[in-house]
Amino acid sequence: MSSSEGEGITFDNVGLRYGTEKEVLSDLSFTLHPGSFYFLTGASGAGKTSLLKLLYLAQRPSRGAIRMFGTDVITLPRKRLPSYRRRLGVVFQDFRLVQHLSAFDNVALPLRVSGVRENDLRKPVSDMLEWVGLSHRMDAQPATLSGGEQQRVAIARAVIGRPELLVADEPTGNVDPDMALKLLRLFEALNRLGTTVVVATHDVHLLKKVPSSLIMRLDKGRLSDPTGALRYPPRQNSHSTAAGEQKGGFE
Amino acid sequence: MKKPPTLGRTTARGLIKFRGDRAAQLVPQARLAGPMPWVIAIMISLTVIAAAGGLALSNVVSNARAELAGGATVQILEASPSERNRQADAAEAVLAEHPLVGSTRRVPDEELDALLEPWLGAGAGSEAVPVPALIDVRLRGDVTQQSLGTLRGLLVDAAPSARVDAQSSWLGPVFSALSSLQWLAAALVVLLGLTSAAAVWLAARSALGSNRDTIEIVHLLGGTDVQIARIFERSVGFDATLGGAFGLALGLLAILFLGQQFADLGSGMMAGGGLRWFDWVAIAAIPIIGVVIAMLTARLTVLGALRRML
Repeated sequence: MSSSEGEGITFDNVGLRYGTEKEVLSDLSFTLHPGSFYFLTGASGAGKTSLLKLLYLAQRPSRGAIRMFGTDVITLPRKRLPSYRRRLGVVFQDFRLVQHLSAFDNVALPLRVSGVRENDLRKPVSDMLEWVGLSHRMDAQPATLSGGEQQRVAIARAVIGRPELLVADEPTGNVDPDMALKLLRLFEALNRLGTTVVVATHDVHLLKKVPSSLIMRLDKGRLSDPTGALRYPPRQNSHSTAAGEQKGGFE
Repeated sequence: MKKPPTLGRTTARGLIKFRGDRAAQLVPQARLAGPMPWVIAIMISLTVIAAAGGLALSNVVSNARAELAGGATVQILEASPSERNRQADAAEAVLAEHPLVGSTRRVPDEELDALLEPWLGAGAGSEAVPVPALIDVRLRGDVTQQSLGTLRGLLVDAAPSARVDAQSSWLGPVFSALSSLQWLAAALVVLLGLTSAAAVWLAARSALGSNRDTIEIVHLLGGTDVQIARIFERSVGFDATLGGAFGLALGLLAILFLGQQFADLGSGMMAGGGLRWFDWVAIAAIPIIGVVIAMLTARLTVLGALRRML
């Protein structure tokens, strides 16, 4: 399901304002190369969440152009957006799990929305929960899970459909450092399979854990790209070719 | 770190729609513990009663009109009893021979005395107060101004004291009042339908608000507006079906009770107000229409709210 070469995500002179306020994002121009790993950093209020909303198609920009998987999603009719959203995975800081559904049903939700048969989704959902180390908590409701466990369910839900782009908004904000590192390893493992990953964080220590990652730094709604790596990314990302299974599970 | 599991090649997508129990579980269901079925039950029962009342009135008017359509009354307004009887006999004889007239019936004096007894008291016979002689005439067709004119022309010589009136003209104000009641019943049915739709609209908005997080998640996961709307539509459909069935039962009980009360009156006019089989079909259709309106309202409400999201 990985996106093919040239079908990344391109922002061209994008600006965003809410109502008549001044722009919260200005003149954003960059390309997310397929299979790359990005950290999005910046101070609180810099516009990280707004940029992520544009990426996961929860918001249209006020100006500029966004091409996603070879399509201009700004002019795309609203009714066609769901098919693009199904190619994305989103992880929120506050998890945003459906509280009255079990961990299994939360993870199964994207597949059910996509029309996967009930018999066909049991194994992938079980495997995914096993991958995040929660095979023993399949029937548990979110309220009975710890913060780290809830975030792992949220990650499992985000990646169950093997998205081409995974967007995570402060995914480690509500977990301890050990758990944060483990969650990051999950993102890395998914990235190795070709998924483009964008993780918004203000934790500078996290950035060093993925040496090959690219850093997107937002400052007052503007993106700093001193090397031009974001606007003109390298042709190939080291992770995208580094396939293979590593030893050790989530535990 | 293990490689994340991949979806099997056999995993088919888009083959089934996101609907049914799996979709419905996204919105917690209150069912009878919630207000919606009860609100709908009350609305449906009131609509059933109003509709039944309107249909019964319609039947009363139709039957009375049909009965009176060919009826005319000839009064012999003569103070002298002997002259009154002579003119009445002559008039009856002339009328009976005319092809326009189907039948005639002289209203017996005893019947007239009985009719007047509540006002004039027992024993007040025609000797004390001159009471006109009455002849009930049934025409072969409807009573028109032309046919009334013909009757009057026939009686000029035979019964100069005769006065001819269409029976329907006596009951004109009654028909007018009944027609007003019919319109009132129809307006009540429409208002109750609108109120039910408004109640469902409010409930759907409320459910939409209390489930906003879930809806946003499904929306971001690629759920379509129709998929999300169908979840609420199904939920409201269940509530409306429960409420509709209960409301219909309540309404029918009320109709049967009222019907019995009116039947006990023994009034000739009210006897024509019985409901016919197609009236019962129309009444039975009310909860079905209610469910359809409720589901449609829920669908349009949710779709309208979702359109405000990207």
